[in-house]
Amino acid sequence: MGRRVAIVGTGHSKFGVRNDVNIPELAYEAISKAIADAGIERKEIDLVVTGYVGGWSSEGLAPVVIMEYAGLTGKPGYRIEAACATGSAAIKAAHDAIAAGEADIALVVGVEKMNESPTPTVVEFIGRAGNYFWEFENFGLTFPGYYALYATAYMQKYGATEEDYCKVAVKNHYYASMNPKAQFQRKITLETCMQSRYIAWPLKLFDCSPITDGAAAVVLASEEVAQKLTDSPVWIESIGASIGTSNLSKRTQFTNLEAARLAAQMAYKKAGIDPENPVKYLDVAEVHDCFTIAEIMAYEDLGFAKRGEGYKLIRDEQTYIGGVIPVNLSGGLKAKGHPLAATGVSMAVELANQLLGKVEKGRQAPIKNGRAIAHNIGGTGHYAYVTIYSLSKPRSPA
Amino acid sequence: MSNQREQADMFLAQMDQFANTMKESVGIPVLMDQKTGVRMWWDQREIKLRFVISVEKTFKFFEALAEGKLLATKCKKSGKILFPPQVDCPDDPEDEVEWVELPNKGELITWTVIYVKPYSFGHYQDYTVGIAKLENGVQILAWVRETDPKKLRMGMPVKIEIVRRQPENYLTYEIVPLEE
Repeated sequence: MGRRVAIVGTGHSKFGVRNDVNIPELAYEAISKAIADAGIERKEIDLVVTGYVGGWSSEGLAPVVIMEYAGLTGKPGYRIEAACATGSAAIKAAHDAIAAGEADIALVVGVEKMNESPTPTVVEFIGRAGNYFWEFENFGLTFPGYYALYATAYMQKYGATEEDYCKVAVKNHYYASMNPKAQFQRKITLETCMQSRYIAWPLKLFDCSPITDGAAAVVLASEEVAQKLTDSPVWIESIGASIGTSNLSKRTQFTNLEAARLAAQMAYKKAGIDPENPVKYLDVAEVHDCFTIAEIMAYEDLGFAKRGEGYKLIRDEQTYIGGVIPVNLSGGLKAKGHPLAATGVSMAVELANQLLGKVEKGRQAPIKNGRAIAHNIGGTGHYAYVTIYSLSKPRSPA
Repeated sequence: MSNQREQADMFLAQMDQFANTMKESVGIPVLMDQKTGVRMWWDQREIKLRFVISVEKTFKFFEALAEGKLLATKCKKSGKILFPPQVDCPDDPEDEVEWVELPNKGELITWTVIYVKPYSFGHYQDYTVGIAKLENGVQILAWVRETDPKKLRMGMPVKIEIVRRQPENYLTYEIVPLEE
């Protein structure tokens, strides 16, 4: 068994179209805040882990560009990539190093500058995030297209409607309107979403997360160090992760993401959470709503709703504050924005602040159990990470 | 109306033109963000990206397309059919594959119509992508010959047809809905 690991500092840039900064400047916004928040000196950091997908942006070796800019050279470090789950994978890598005793303090930064390329190029790169040769080369799937295959099957099988999908967008825009870091800060109506144009039928513009620039960072520390640094560490209680098939044609069904279900089971088991009734143990969730259908599938894969009943949770407004479990009070990927590699780290920042009662009024979840869950998907269930954060020291290390 | 690729190219040409004007006047290829007025460097280096991908071990699949057949590999011991074809059995290093022909009929499992296209697909009209389950249970993803998504339904009978993709003029396969 390894050592316990906690978040001791967080930093978050403004998400959006950030043509005002380059990659290291953007990353530094998050890094500088996280280091200051942790109250540590740069020299105390043993390991630097950078989550970065890239392709659409200029710097190939972004981690070294960033660490040079931030005065963090001379330390072990590497880049982690797990598509849109990169941020969570980077946290796991740093967590594992600390748990193993290879580091006491690690900095994790997730950064993406997607607007360095024109939109059709970005659409191209994300569309290639599946099986390039068998599913992109000949058939030109896009990212909305991959999830649309799930959206269609889910509607056909369970009778969900396009309105149900749009209700997820309405909720997430509502909470984003109170999050100053979010890309979109305007509430939308159901009509706005329903009347928006189709991107990949049945998904419309307002069902889709935007193309975003952004960075988020956390400082992780071992138990001994964390307890010296802060009175309020947020513990990484457990991490579950799974890889799915590359080809969508190899999936057995298109109404949930098997990798996410497996990751959730793994995370619940380690944390001692009853997978039949996880909401009893949790206060708040950030889930991977890159598309509205993805949030509904997440409800089911995480066990918040029974199979085929996820859409009823949003229909009944059960994922607003006051419902069964509040989901995506940050605005989610949908409205906060989705800078791929920053997303998983952004979830950690958001949930740490939720647990500590430090987010803006109107979008603060009531904290009773002291536990929060992050569900971060790479590709279309190609990677899945489920991470449970806790205010109380876990019984055993994650 | 121009297609999405032409529109994208036109947009890039405008940026280039703007940067050229700036190079003439201030000597720097700088663009202004139209919304915020912040300044951005217009990259002076451009690459074309095109890969070469080995098909040596799966070449039978491509040869068979010319004969109008769709092939998969099958693990001899376990009987597991692998599509897309692969030449190593994932569950058993001792097992070997043989080539088998896939049935060309099945049913539609799911579909989408792509309106906003990747750059390299920007010259096509809107296209439908779907997944069909063939009679032997193997699933296959391809374009569906129907651009009205409402005319399709889950479980609808379909066949697989080998077609030449235009304008590139190469062999591939397509899902074709059957009259019921």
